[in-house]
Amino acid sequence: MRVAVCDYGASNVRSVLAAFGRLGAEARSTRDPDDVLAADLAVLPGVGSAASAMRGLREHGLDAALRSRVGAGGPTLGICLGLQLALEESEEDGGVPGLGLLPGRTVRLREGRVPRMGWAQVEPDGEAFYFAHSYAAETPAATARSEGIVAVAEAGSFLGVQFHPEKSGPAGARFLARCLSRA
Amino acid sequence: MPLPRLIPCLDVAGDRVVKGIRFQGLRDVGDPVDLGAAYSDAGADELVFLDVTATVEERPLLPELVSRVADELAIPFTVGGGVRSAADGEALLRAGADKVAVNSAALKRPALIEELAALLGSQAVVVAIDAAAGKVYARAGTEPVGRLAAAWAAEAEERGAGEILLTSIDADGTRAGYDLALTRAVAEAVSIPVIASGGAGEARHVAEALEVVQAALLASILHESPARLGALREELGDLGVPLRDAA
Repeated sequence: MRVAVCDYGASNVRSVLAAFGRLGAEARSTRDPDDVLAADLAVLPGVGSAASAMRGLREHGLDAALRSRVGAGGPTLGICLGLQLALEESEEDGGVPGLGLLPGRTVRLREGRVPRMGWAQVEPDGEAFYFAHSYAAETPAATARSEGIVAVAEAGSFLGVQFHPEKSGPAGARFLARCLSRA
Repeated sequence: MPLPRLIPCLDVAGDRVVKGIRFQGLRDVGDPVDLGAAYSDAGADELVFLDVTATVEERPLLPELVSRVADELAIPFTVGGGVRSAADGEALLRAGADKVAVNSAALKRPALIEELAALLGSQAVVVAIDAAAGKVYARAGTEPVGRLAAAWAAEAEERGAGEILLTSIDADGTRAGYDLALTRAVAEAVSIPVIASGGAGEARHVAEALEVVQAALLASILHESPARLGALREELGDLGVPLRDAA
């Protein structure tokens, strides 16, 4: 199973690679659009700001590669900012157009302490995953929520999660194993 | 709000976990990856690796060590000590850390917080504050800087910090409980999460702190024993603290 993890900015890609590696997948980080198109599973990870992340994706042609991959039904996983970038737009950084892989937009969290940081239960299953975010998705494609906040959203072959499965212990490993088995 | 977090803190010198009060009498306790994995298995929500020699030697924690930890552990971890530039922070994240903590370097040059937040995102920037009698101290608690901890925490948030790690110098090592007045003052001054540190001697102390802040740093209360973390989690559960199911 070949997993291509988009590496386009200052983020912790290594933990994503390690998490897939522990599950026996052959995970590589890449900036090459051809790798993203050819992999069994493509992963768009990401922390940091929407504007700089979109710039990084465009610079390497990864935005177009992700669109055509998802358009062709290729399994693709977005993690945290990777979910937010997949929406149509983000209100972060004064407004940033997204990849449009999911309907909806990214909005600033306005309740509780922000960044929203720590383990929180995801409904309907009730398992706890690790979150670290200041923005969240508003989308009709949501399939699971955590404290009312979109935790999982899915459209076609794109699956986005607001939590960090690579940082969510055994629960996260089980989630990533399911992603691999579906790819 | 997410569940309250328990965060074991591992002091590191070179590539070993050590025990000791600041720089005096360091004793080798074990391998950071082995101990980190054992704490993770025992239900740690996150870990902090604090390089107790880095600030003195003016370089951040060894990137090879950070990478070994990231490759083995599936929980978030923060690396502190010796981060002086956004490039230092980026190198640690690329090596596999989730967050970096800054203390003296940010007091000396507060713009460092903005630079780190711009490059890494606020969620990766922890500002550590050492305080006694409500006031901030730099250089491992040795140098008063003449400002209130609550005011410095608010400024750190304004500049882009994503979390405050607040250590009470007065309470640290006493095992008589966290400095709740200090902790409350800082928690009320910011709207980002706060991690309380210093003074925990028993489960009740940790439960008290977790009513005020979002996370508790655990050091001497664990006696360098992952098994002790498991027992503490059970005691906290009995006290009604909602912890995650770590299975």
